[in-house]
Amino acid sequence: MAEVVSVMTESPAGGRARAARTVLGQVVLPGEELLLPEQEDEGGPGSAGERPLRLNAEARSQVRVVCGPGLRRCGDRLLVTKCGRLRHKEPGSGGGVYWVDSQQKRYVPVKGDHVIGIVTAKSGDIFKVDVGGSEPASLSYLAFEGATKRNRPNVQVGDLIYGQFVVANKDMEPEMVCIDSCGRANGMGVIGQDGLLFKVTLGLIRKLLAPDCEIIQEVGKLYPLEIVFGMNGRVWVKAKTIQQTLILANILEACEHMTADQRKQIFSRLAES
Amino acid sequence: MACTQAQLVSGSANPGRTRSVGLWGHTVYTDANMRAEPGIESSPRGPGCSLRHFACEQNLLSRPDGSASFLQGDTSVLAGVYGPAEVKVSKEIFNKATLEVILRPKIGLPGVAEKSRERLIRNTCEAVVLGALHPRTSITVVLQVISDAGSLLACCLNAACMALVDTGVPMRALFCGVTCALDSDGTLVLDPTAKQEKEARAVLTFALDSVEQKLLMSTTKGLYSNAELQQCLAAAQAASQHVFRFYRESLQRRYSKS
Repeated sequence: MAEVVSVMTESPAGGRARAARTVLGQVVLPGEELLLPEQEDEGGPGSAGERPLRLNAEARSQVRVVCGPGLRRCGDRLLVTKCGRLRHKEPGSGGGVYWVDSQQKRYVPVKGDHVIGIVTAKSGDIFKVDVGGSEPASLSYLAFEGATKRNRPNVQVGDLIYGQFVVANKDMEPEMVCIDSCGRANGMGVIGQDGLLFKVTLGLIRKLLAPDCEIIQEVGKLYPLEIVFGMNGRVWVKAKTIQQTLILANILEACEHMTADQRKQIFSRLAES
Repeated sequence: MACTQAQLVSGSANPGRTRSVGLWGHTVYTDANMRAEPGIESSPRGPGCSLRHFACEQNLLSRPDGSASFLQGDTSVLAGVYGPAEVKVSKEIFNKATLEVILRPKIGLPGVAEKSRERLIRNTCEAVVLGALHPRTSITVVLQVISDAGSLLACCLNAACMALVDTGVPMRALFCGVTCALDSDGTLVLDPTAKQEKEARAVLTFALDSVEQKLLMSTTKGLYSNAELQQCLAAAQAASQHVFRFYRESLQRRYSKS
C-alpha cells in the first residue's frame, strides 16, 4: 500500500493540493487543488490524509479571498478549472484575489467590461450587438449620451459600438450601455467610419491595457493614432494613412509572442525608417 | 459501450524515460516512454508500461477557439474546439452547455464506427467539462483523423483533452485515453500498433481522469477474464501518469513564452 501512496502523491496533474502561495506565477492545470495561506499549517502539501475535525471552526481567522477566472471554491480549497499562470493581487490586508491568466480566444461577457461590438440587428427600441460571446448583447437606444425618445441616436446595422456591460451573467442575455453612471458618453458610443478592426487573443488585450504597458507608449511615439481596445479581443485602430494603420495593426498583432527586448528592437528599427 | 465509474488502485510499473524535443518545429514537444532494457522498443514489446512516442502541438489553427494535434507513434489526430458558442434552439439545454463531438475519418464519410466513438468521447468530455458554468451554449469538438496506426480512440481522447484545455473551457480535471491489447497468450501490450491490435485477442480502451486516476469511460472488444481486466486497468492507470506528466510539460512549454 505504501507504494500506491507514493504513486498518488507524485502524481503530476493531481498534485495533492499545493499551497497557492508557492505556485504563484507558475502554470496550473485543471483539476489541481490549491490551499489558501491560512490552511497551509493544517493540511500542508503532501498530507493527503484526513484532517482532524475542528470543533471551533468559527474561531479561525476570517480571511476574505476572491476567486477570479479559472478558479472555483471546492470545500475550503480552490479548484483550478483552466490552464494558465496563477496570479495574485494583495488588497492591503490578507486574502486577496487569485486568478488564472490563460491564453484564450473566446470571450465570455463580464459585467463592467468595455467591449467593441458590431450592430447586427435593429428591432424596435433595442439593438442587437455581436460581441463575440455565445449570444448577442442587447443595447437600448436610450443608452447613448443625449438620447431621448424624440432624439434617437444614429446607429445603423454594421456599425461598431464601444460600450460597457451592465448585465452579464451566465443565465441572462448580456446588456450593454454607451453611457456611464453620470449619463456621459465618456468615450463610448458609435466608432467613426474609417479605421481597421482586427481580433487578437484576450491575453494580449489584457497585456496592452495593463497600466504599465510600454507597447502603447512606444506605438504612440511612432505615429499619431486613434485606438480602441475591447476586452473581447477586438482592436480598432486608425492612423493618418491606410499604410500607417496597417503597420500599427501588424505591430500589435506581432507583439504577443515577442520578449521586451525584441519589441524594443522592432520599435527602434521602425522609428528610423 | 456503457460508461462505468470505478476506482482502482494504480500499479507500480515505472518505466525509464527518454525525451526528444522539437520534432516539427516551434511548439512541438515529444516524449518517449520506453523500458530501460535495450531492444524492448521493437515489437513484440513486453508486458508493463511501454507507450509509443507522444507529440503535441497546441493552438495551431487560427479559426477555432482552441486546437491541438496529438501524435502517438504514427497515429495522429487534429482537434479543434469551438465554444462556448451560440447554440441552435433545438439543441439548447437550459442548465448546461451542449457538448458535441464530431469525428472525421481520414477518407470517406463518417460511419457507424465513428458515431460510436463520437459518443464515447462525448460522454468522457461531459464527465470533466463544467458545462453548468455556460448554460445555453454549445461546445463543439471536431476531431480529424490524420493517420491511424493503432490506439486511435486513445489518441482522439488525448487530442480532445488538449484542445479543450487550449480553448479554456472550465474543467474539473484533465483526462487521457490509454489502449491495452491482450495477446492470445495473455501478454499485455500498452498503446498497441494497428498490427498488434489486429492480432490481439482483446483490445481495451480506458479514459482516466487526472485527479484520482478514476475510470471515466471504458470500451472493450474481444474475450478477457476479470483478472485480465483489472490487470489492464492497473497498467493503464500507471501509463496515464506518464501522459499527464507529458500534458504538464507541454503546457508549461506553451506558457513559458509569455
